[in-house]
Amino acid sequence: MGHEYVPEIAIDRDGNQHEVQGWQGDYYGGKLGFWLFMLTEVMMFGAMFLSLAYYNSLHPQDFLDASAGLNRLLGGTNTVILLVSALTMGLGLLRMRAGDVKGSKLMIWATILLAVAFLVIKGFEWTAEYHHGIFLMHDKLLPESSLPFGQKLFYGLYFAMTGLHGFHIIIGIGLMLWLLKRINAGKVSTEHHILHWNIALYWDIVHLIWVFVFPYFYMIGAGGATGGH
Amino acid sequence: MSKTYFDETHCAIGHPKSTFMQWMLTIDHKRIGIMYAAVMFVFFFVAVFTAFAMRLELFAPGGQYMDGDTFNQAFTLHGVIMIFLFIIPGIPAIFGNIVMPLMIGAKDVSFPRLNWFTFWLYIAGCCIALASLFIGEGVADTGWTFYAPYSMNTGTNVIMALVAAFVLGFASILTGLNFLVTIHRLRAPGMTFFKMPLFVWGIYATAWIQLLATPVVGITLVLAILEKYFGIGIFDPAKGGDPVLFQHLFWIYSHPAVYLMILPAFGIMSEIIPTFSRKEVFGYRTIALSSASIAGIGYLVWGHHLYTSGMSDIAKTVFSFLTFFVAIPTGVKFYDWVATMYQGKIVLSTPMIWALGTIITFAIGGITGVTITMIGMDVHLQDTYYTVAHFHYAILGGVVFLLFAGMHYWFPLVTGKMYNETKAKIAFYLNFIGFNLLWFPMFIAGYYGMPRRYFDYLPEFEIYHQISFVGAVIFIAGLIYMFWVFFKGWTKGEATTPNPWNATTLEWHLPTSPPPLENHSKVPYVDFDPYEYKHGEPVVKFNYETMQRID
Repeated sequence: MGHEYVPEIAIDRDGNQHEVQGWQGDYYGGKLGFWLFMLTEVMMFGAMFLSLAYYNSLHPQDFLDASAGLNRLLGGTNTVILLVSALTMGLGLLRMRAGDVKGSKLMIWATILLAVAFLVIKGFEWTAEYHHGIFLMHDKLLPESSLPFGQKLFYGLYFAMTGLHGFHIIIGIGLMLWLLKRINAGKVSTEHHILHWNIALYWDIVHLIWVFVFPYFYMIGAGGATGGH
Repeated sequence: MSKTYFDETHCAIGHPKSTFMQWMLTIDHKRIGIMYAAVMFVFFFVAVFTAFAMRLELFAPGGQYMDGDTFNQAFTLHGVIMIFLFIIPGIPAIFGNIVMPLMIGAKDVSFPRLNWFTFWLYIAGCCIALASLFIGEGVADTGWTFYAPYSMNTGTNVIMALVAAFVLGFASILTGLNFLVTIHRLRAPGMTFFKMPLFVWGIYATAWIQLLATPVVGITLVLAILEKYFGIGIFDPAKGGDPVLFQHLFWIYSHPAVYLMILPAFGIMSEIIPTFSRKEVFGYRTIALSSASIAGIGYLVWGHHLYTSGMSDIAKTVFSFLTFFVAIPTGVKFYDWVATMYQGKIVLSTPMIWALGTIITFAIGGITGVTITMIGMDVHLQDTYYTVAHFHYAILGGVVFLLFAGMHYWFPLVTGKMYNETKAKIAFYLNFIGFNLLWFPMFIAGYYGMPRRYFDYLPEFEIYHQISFVGAVIFIAGLIYMFWVFFKGWTKGEATTPNPWNATTLEWHLPTSPPPLENHSKVPYVDFDPYEYKHGEPVVKFNYETMQRID
């Protein structure tokens, strides 16, 4: 970035001119690259869902019981928060494309706020589970506890996947703060907003993964049980 | 004389004055490729000498120089370095970086700063792997596959090895991503996919594997780290986990990774054979598409690593069938290369004899692979020296030999100098003889039941190990001699012209040798096929001022 790129011209045998695509300012390439990167995220979480589905097929009843123990109210609230944050992020991008930089920044701040709220709620949830003796290397999840294998596997994957998802949220917050800095510096503008576009895509994948995580962990046990902790 | 990429560079941060910092911060794809090569060959020799230490121990039955635990750590170190630090990133990182953009007429890769970052990520991974040697109980003793549950229970530094492999995998993903976008976006005008050189096709297929398979092993390694660190029981049966699941997830990546190693190597072969046969390549499209289909089928065959781990018979049969299937596109490639040479004006320069030698060694590696595709044979030969010999013939005699072929082929392009042909050929014969002497006896030893990864053995296997040892000495001597020839060539060799081999692809149509900073001073319009020869002479000629055709 920064270098002013003047496209080169290649001339074929008939004398026709063809523009050479340079790597500088190749917005289409920037988008393509980030889409491909998001594909790797999908493969990564895909492998975890595969493990989850496999153990679910081995211990169906344990999975339902363990799922019933999760707090669906907090999980559901978080889902709503994340869906709204995806909306604000998207609106921010629309504002940016329409030329409203100030409105766009406002929307990014709103997204950051919602993301922080998500993490705070997640923190409460994990704390409550900790007090119920369900936490990594703790009480009921220790090898010698009498909790059935299926439930241990469920909680293990629950902490691994929501933890990894939470890690993505933290990275997302960092990216958005960086984006605000770039906007303030004039590096991201109505004409040059590929970075904004890509971070919005990232946030979309993060919320999309949650849309699968939530029903698999929180909702499968909702049928027979009466509620959370 | 005009400036080359040795004289000037673009940097990621600022424009430092010192040459050293310019190299450290360079975003020029050619320099980054050279730096990868330098680091990788250092590690290559570390792994070679680890292997030599094991050969020394195995020279006679019983323990001589190391105990069993050290031996376990030695083969793990050898495997981890060779697989994760050298062969998997090897050809894409070195030649994918140096020549792929030149071949498609691009000024650089799509994301040069990402390329720079990826290199340093790779270095970080190497440092973590090295650090595990000196911390705590030393390097992991699990073998490079980190099979659970042993890896969950051993006291050695498995976590660091896993982290290193994860970081290196991340670097591999980013490299593949960069190349995919480069190939899609930065081809010279007029160059359609079916006008790309075959090496670019190899890199393209490889990049898809890097992108789609590596994240799966990445998360598997993360789960293993979480399991070791936080006690989550996903793979350890003591906590309800399933160790076979680890093997499935591991090989879903690591089997495609085998094709990730060999496809760019086949790409090098597809460049060298037409150039030194002075003939258009036979079956261009089938070679290109076979790369893509090997990449595709390669995803579906991971189960053949699990024949003896416990799988339903139907699953075994399906995986066996699919594994046979990979041999078809591979065979197509080999027939195409042989057909290319038929009635060609063959020039036996060093790159060509490396390629021809590889046809022999890889054919042995490939055919022995087909034998252990059969379930019954595999149950007999699983974890014996037969398997060891098979994958060394395929990987060392296929991938690494072709990497060496490529090093000779592109040496004048990268350095602007020429190595000594006679000496380089002597190095080849030393390597080729040493290699076969080293690995061929292992097929026999393995067939008679010599298990792999054992530091002691029954006396009847002694003769095979001793022949192997002699082979190892010759092979290592050949390797050192080859690098000596390169070194002499670079420092004292004669300057060459930009196209010493009379090759046709775009990387040889540069204004100077070595290339200038932004490659082609002017990008040509590509309305020709990559390998056009007539009566043994290249058809397409350029005016290097305007890059317009003058033929």
